[in-house]
Amino acid sequence: MAAHQSRPSSAGSPSAAGAPQYVITAENLTKRYGDVAAVDGISFSVPAGEAFGLLGPNGAGKSTTMKMIGGVSERTSGNLSIMGLDPDQNGPEVRAHLGVVPQQDNLDEELKVRDNLLVYGRYFGLPMSYLKPKADELLEFAQLTDKAKSKVDALSGGMKRRLTIARSLINEPRILLLDEPTTGLDPQARHILWDRLFRLKEQGVTLILTTHYMDEAEQLCDRLIVVDKGRIMAEGSPASLIREYSTREVLELRFGSERNATVGAELEGIGDRLETLPDRVLIYAHDGEAALEEVSARGLRPVTSLVRRSSLEDVFLRLTGRSLVD
Amino acid sequence: MSAITTGRGPGSSSVTEAARNRHFGSLYSRNVRAVVARGLMATKSSNWMVMLSGFFEPVLYLISMGVGLGAIVGSVQGPGGGEISYAAYIAPALLAVSAMNGAVYDSTWNVFFKMNFAKLYQGMLYTSLGPLDVAMGEIFLALLRGLMYATGFTAVMGLMGLITTPWAILMIPAAVLIAFGFASFGMGITSYMKTFQQMDWINFVMLPMFLFSATFYPLSVYPQYIQWLIQAMPLWHGVELLRQISVGVFTPATAVHIGYYLVMIALGVLLTTGRLRKLFLK
Repeated sequence: MAAHQSRPSSAGSPSAAGAPQYVITAENLTKRYGDVAAVDGISFSVPAGEAFGLLGPNGAGKSTTMKMIGGVSERTSGNLSIMGLDPDQNGPEVRAHLGVVPQQDNLDEELKVRDNLLVYGRYFGLPMSYLKPKADELLEFAQLTDKAKSKVDALSGGMKRRLTIARSLINEPRILLLDEPTTGLDPQARHILWDRLFRLKEQGVTLILTTHYMDEAEQLCDRLIVVDKGRIMAEGSPASLIREYSTREVLELRFGSERNATVGAELEGIGDRLETLPDRVLIYAHDGEAALEEVSARGLRPVTSLVRRSSLEDVFLRLTGRSLVD
Repeated sequence: MSAITTGRGPGSSSVTEAARNRHFGSLYSRNVRAVVARGLMATKSSNWMVMLSGFFEPVLYLISMGVGLGAIVGSVQGPGGGEISYAAYIAPALLAVSAMNGAVYDSTWNVFFKMNFAKLYQGMLYTSLGPLDVAMGEIFLALLRGLMYATGFTAVMGLMGLITTPWAILMIPAAVLIAFGFASFGMGITSYMKTFQQMDWINFVMLPMFLFSATFYPLSVYPQYIQWLIQAMPLWHGVELLRQISVGVFTPATAVHIGYYLVMIALGVLLTTGRLRKLFLK
């Protein structure tokens, strides 16, 4: 606890001008299950009001990190401080500041939609006089007002997800933990959700988010870490990661699956980097059009060609590899 | 230590701040009532038939054994040495069984479902509830069911003319004590169960305990070593305790029976809280 006490006590007030006030600080955070290190010594800090993303393939340790932050999984070693508190020592108190959207909805199926919000609020020790108007406000927010009296299992997947998110806001959390919040949702539902999350961020709520969707991470995250095998591979804003680990543009060429493998040698020297995939060849270049002209100049005729901006997905695949991990 | 929490956060109202500035333990947030309130709300929509069957089972036994078999048996010797009808002899034992059934059903099958299928406790433990709040709340709900069964059964005993002393009213709180013992242990044991087959083991233990715990005949019919075995079982203490209360005869053994349950409760709550912690805060 000494590490936490040494932090300036003014951290919560505006007088701490300049220096960012961190709501989450992790130092060498490690979680082992037997011999397997699910999280292997990661360190990061999240200032208040930031949208912070954890990206990584399945089994990278994202959810385990989320659980440790939520105080529902005890760390093996390292330091972790949430709002200046140790989640292993002060679980209930830490969680009083958190809103949690787990990977799988765990709504109370025995209760109706609105009652789910009320009962969940009671778990935080909140009075009914506060909860009743708050539940209605959140139903409005989640566009579920006309479902207030429905049973939970009558809701669609998207509605359940929105209700889970509404539920996580019942205690007006300072930190919202979102574990793959839009997995399994259709594009409409995802966009509504992004809009809602963006509004929360505008209100100063700190968002901690894991996702498999790179567009989601680019949309929502101010800063993110790419995690693989329990370690941090890269850290930064989406734009800075793209600058650092990819080029400005990517040229995608398809020569047909037999030719793709052999055409590599003929493309040597075009762009900064070349990647040959079974179905296409990727050329990473600052100027994609110029690279395409160079390809034509060498007399190569791809079946299709596409110039696009580099995305976080390119960074992600470069850092974590293209092979499947299970 | 929690200096960062003193300033009012973005979008937070004074109500949510107040709820954060309560005194918390590491496993307990003094909020058992929220878990109980949830249980009551869920019961409103749950299956009443299941609850009713738990009540009728011992009543049916009382009628068939007490009235039917009792006609052949006649009167037997009660705890104080006095003659009582066979129905009056087995009724308190069946009340103990009823309290046990209610508590065990709630703390085993219900908890098993909530733990493994509804994922209810995972949701609860992501709030400021601690595992002790959850355990105590669920046990309290099981006691409430035990209390309902006990009150109903005592009323049936009264209607059948099997209550002869005002002391008998104490059978209700004593039945709740019995329910407490079984509920606190039942939930802890359930936490080890992973499949429905394993859950059947609970019935495998409960049925013989019901049949052989001096429920229908005195313990003295057994050889000494079987008596010791039965006396180690919790239900026998419950049966004896209620049988004594039903006729208003109290001996030093009464204190032993009560003490047995107090120890069982303490160990059960420790076990359950430890298990919930292990399962959900691993």
